[in-house]
Amino acid sequence: MEQFAAVKRSKDGQPVRYLIVDDSVFARKNLARMIETFGGQVAAEAGDGLTAISEFDRTHPDIVLMDITMPQMEGIEAAERIVQQHPEARIVMVSSVGYQENIVAALQRGARHFVQKPVKPEVLYEVIKYVLGEDGAVSNAAGAGA
Amino acid sequence: MKMELIQPFINAADAVLSQGLQGSTKVGNLTMEEEAYRRKGVAGMIALTGDIEGRIILDLEPQTAVRVASHYAGTDLPESDALIKETIFELANQVVGNAISALNDQGFHFRVHPPLLLTADQGDKTSEDTEALMILFETSLGNVFMNVALRYNKKRMADHATARA
Repeated sequence: MEQFAAVKRSKDGQPVRYLIVDDSVFARKNLARMIETFGGQVAAEAGDGLTAISEFDRTHPDIVLMDITMPQMEGIEAAERIVQQHPEARIVMVSSVGYQENIVAALQRGARHFVQKPVKPEVLYEVIKYVLGEDGAVSNAAGAGA
Repeated sequence: MKMELIQPFINAADAVLSQGLQGSTKVGNLTMEEEAYRRKGVAGMIALTGDIEGRIILDLEPQTAVRVASHYAGTDLPESDALIKETIFELANQVVGNAISALNDQGFHFRVHPPLLLTADQGDKTSEDTEALMILFETSLGNVFMNVALRYNKKRMADHATARA
């Protein structure tokens, strides 16, 4: 997998912490691997929207990568509930269903960005830098997992 | 066979397989299936209802599914029924999700049903208006078969035309 310059938290230079939410273990492993190459750290994983809310409260990640179609509670509703409680939450929707209505609904309900599956590492990397804004800093060191 | 319905699925499968596996994917044989679907390896099916109706089947040899999952995880994974099923379902979801995104932006609306594992060796015979097209994708990790059988829901399409008039 391609190697990227590590993205760290600008406030303390620590790795960016991610919550990965997807009902597919396969998809979660894939995202976790990409995050490692960005120099990030997986704070927690969840397989549905309800668990995502409790894992967010428990771990306070810097970024949430959230699938849309999931059992128990779908990603857009979970994103809305998290943002209601934590307006500072940075949620990026990651879904194979990328039609306009879905994207608009996700953004209107609190998501910061949208990435369509299959996820291209270079696209996700740019989106993460954009969403972090000044709270993220690109270091000279490369991420792990080359 | 309505090629305008099939093409988004071929494009989506090509994109999902070539981007996901980061290797070249070659579209191999395209064949019309007039007889009942015959399972080749482990097959996952996703049904669509709405303006367009039918189903998409993704069929892989178990060893191919394990190689795909291992590639995504970046490490060799042990073969298990759960891993194989998970891999096929996620690939099928990505293919169908990408294809319906393109069709939805063209104005078609439908419901995508959760994937189902096909366990029978042989499926239902397709009817005249839902002929199935079988497409072989040759990837660096093994062959992937996709069987697409779709048709327009004439009543819903007529309702939309009336509403627009």
